[in-house]
Amino acid sequence: MLEKALQGNKAYWGWIASLLVVIGIGFVFYVYQLQQGLGVTGLNRDVSWGLYIGQLTYMVGIAASAVMLVLPYYLHDHKAFGKLVIFGEFLAVSAVVVCLLFVVVDLGQPQRLMNVILYPTPNSVLFWDMVVLNGYLFLNIIIGWSVLHAVKKGVRPASWVKVLIYVSIPWAVSIHTVTAFLYAGLPGRYFWHDSLLAASFLSGAFAAGPALLLLILMIVQKVSDLKIPKEAIQTMTKIITYAWAINLFMVLLKIFSAYYSQYPAKMAAFDYMFGGYGGEQLMPWMWNFVFLGVVSLALLVIPSTRNNPVTMTIALIMVFVAGWIDKGLTLVIGGFIPNPFKVHTEYWPTIPEVFISVGVYAVGLLILTVLYKVALAVQRESAS
Amino acid sequence: MAINRRTFLKAAGLTTLAGVAGHAAMELLAPGALEASGAPKVGEYPEALTAKRWAMLIDTEKFTTAQVYQKCIDACHVLHNVPHIPGDQEIKWLWTDSFKHVFPDQQHALVPERIKNQPFMALCNHCDNPPCVRVCPTKATFKRDDGIVMMDMHRCIGCRYCMAGCPYGARSFNFWDPRPFIENIDPYYPTRMKGVVEKCTFCEDRLAKGQLPACVEASEGALIFGDLANEDSEVRRVLRERYSLRRKPSLGTDPHVFYLI
Ligand code: SF4
Ligand code: SF4
Repeated sequence: MLEKALQGNKAYWGWIASLLVVIGIGFVFYVYQLQQGLGVTGLNRDVSWGLYIGQLTYMVGIAASAVMLVLPYYLHDHKAFGKLVIFGEFLAVSAVVVCLLFVVVDLGQPQRLMNVILYPTPNSVLFWDMVVLNGYLFLNIIIGWSVLHAVKKGVRPASWVKVLIYVSIPWAVSIHTVTAFLYAGLPGRYFWHDSLLAASFLSGAFAAGPALLLLILMIVQKVSDLKIPKEAIQTMTKIITYAWAINLFMVLLKIFSAYYSQYPAKMAAFDYMFGGYGGEQLMPWMWNFVFLGVVSLALLVIPSTRNNPVTMTIALIMVFVAGWIDKGLTLVIGGFIPNPFKVHTEYWPTIPEVFISVGVYAVGLLILTVLYKVALAVQRESAS
Repeated sequence: MAINRRTFLKAAGLTTLAGVAGHAAMELLAPGALEASGAPKVGEYPEALTAKRWAMLIDTEKFTTAQVYQKCIDACHVLHNVPHIPGDQEIKWLWTDSFKHVFPDQQHALVPERIKNQPFMALCNHCDNPPCVRVCPTKATFKRDDGIVMMDMHRCIGCRYCMAGCPYGARSFNFWDPRPFIENIDPYYPTRMKGVVEKCTFCEDRLAKGQLPACVEASEGALIFGDLANEDSEVRRVLRERYSLRRKPSLGTDPHVFYLI
């Protein structure tokens, strides 16, 4: 079926070519980082994870959000999602590949990556994160591919695929939960040490992931013959609304428990992030998050703006960007500041870091494009 | 379906090829990254110092001048080829900071002048319940039976999870190749490569040779080192007589560096 990705018009090949150029540039910077060491990043002794791990965190959520289509379709037989589920699954595949690549580019000794498998260490959450991420990747590749095969042949997917689909539902929850445990299980990192972290990760993901998927599908609809059923859009935006509201509510819970209790170490993180206390790097981002979060929630809650294509699109973009600020940027960096000595060491990504990250995302987009191309072609053939 | 000899050999040849190609590619991309600096193999020295549970006491009353501190730090850093890298990507095993920073939760407005103004030594606490060991995905960080928390720099993949896990900021990461930053390389201790984490090891290499840690030796009695499990040891005697503090005890890591006040 893969050969279907090799037929396309000028625009398609132009898009592929530009992705390859971006990947190439990212790769050149990665080689530079390999040769020089991670010193070329903005990371330091106090902020030992930054942009890369932030992207890993955010993209795990995007991957997990596929379940927001799979679950209503397979468990509740929500027919409107029928043609879209495959796109959710393929988005998950590309997102997990991006996650794994971000782990690799973050390592100081990437050629020793296999040590994680050669010396399995069940007490480390990172070990489990690797297990669940790879498992989820394979699940979605197998499910997506065999469902597509079935569509091509005009038959129902085999029953073992059904079993895998049911397995993939809790598995999706597990990938984001385990990723949250990477942070929540550390002593002395007060901003992360939060039993709600996994839940808030999931709620944020279940809003930002479907928002991204819907935006992508709207683009696909423009450049191909895909038709998104109106009912599917309505269900998805409702899911996004509820998940987003819960996510913002959890932000308020954290702020309450820090400030009402007057727990200094808990307050310090928020003082720094929202008040610029000890440095102003993250402050504008945090307030942008608040602004985007609140406005998008308003747009989503009010039925007339939720159902209006223009305001809905704006709201989706806002949710996606706010989600990125929250998980992709401020969560990871904010957790390290102030450091264990209550000293504020700032971090900001460098040019190589940014280009490497963009390059990794381009790999994800390339995979996504190819998979979507195949899916569209198969669906078109089977319809005719 | 049985694999016949031919297919097997073919598969074996392919994997070898992949391995060689991978190695070559790595050499091309990051020259020298695969070569590891060999660890010193310390045999069973009969004179080795042993303990059931090593611990260190820092007598803050004896550390009156900055020079004494500096002597300890130099002894440690010179002996272990710790590079001198300026800025926030530095490497340090042993260093000093203010009371306010080393004991952030103990600080209050009326801390006595002596305590407020004197530097405090900071190093890895060789915790009994070390989060750095718990989180390491490759067992590159591990705890020995005698309580020393060790680093295997050949095993470390440089994920820096242990740095996020340590609540004492005791770990350093080699953001750069450290060798150009070492003034005089001591051939008797391995230098590190870029991309791995390192920290104080309680001088396990010296203990194996029957010597006390370098900082203890240089401290003129201000640092006391010994077996906490032995009731007759000096560390136990002093801890019975003097008041001591540990860093962030509420985190449950059970540090084994004690500050005598
Ligand atoms: S002080 Fe930090 S590095 Fe040392 S054992 Fe404790 S947690 Fe690990
Ligand atoms: S950086 Fe090295 S020592 Fe630290 S957790 Fe990762 S593999 Fe273990």
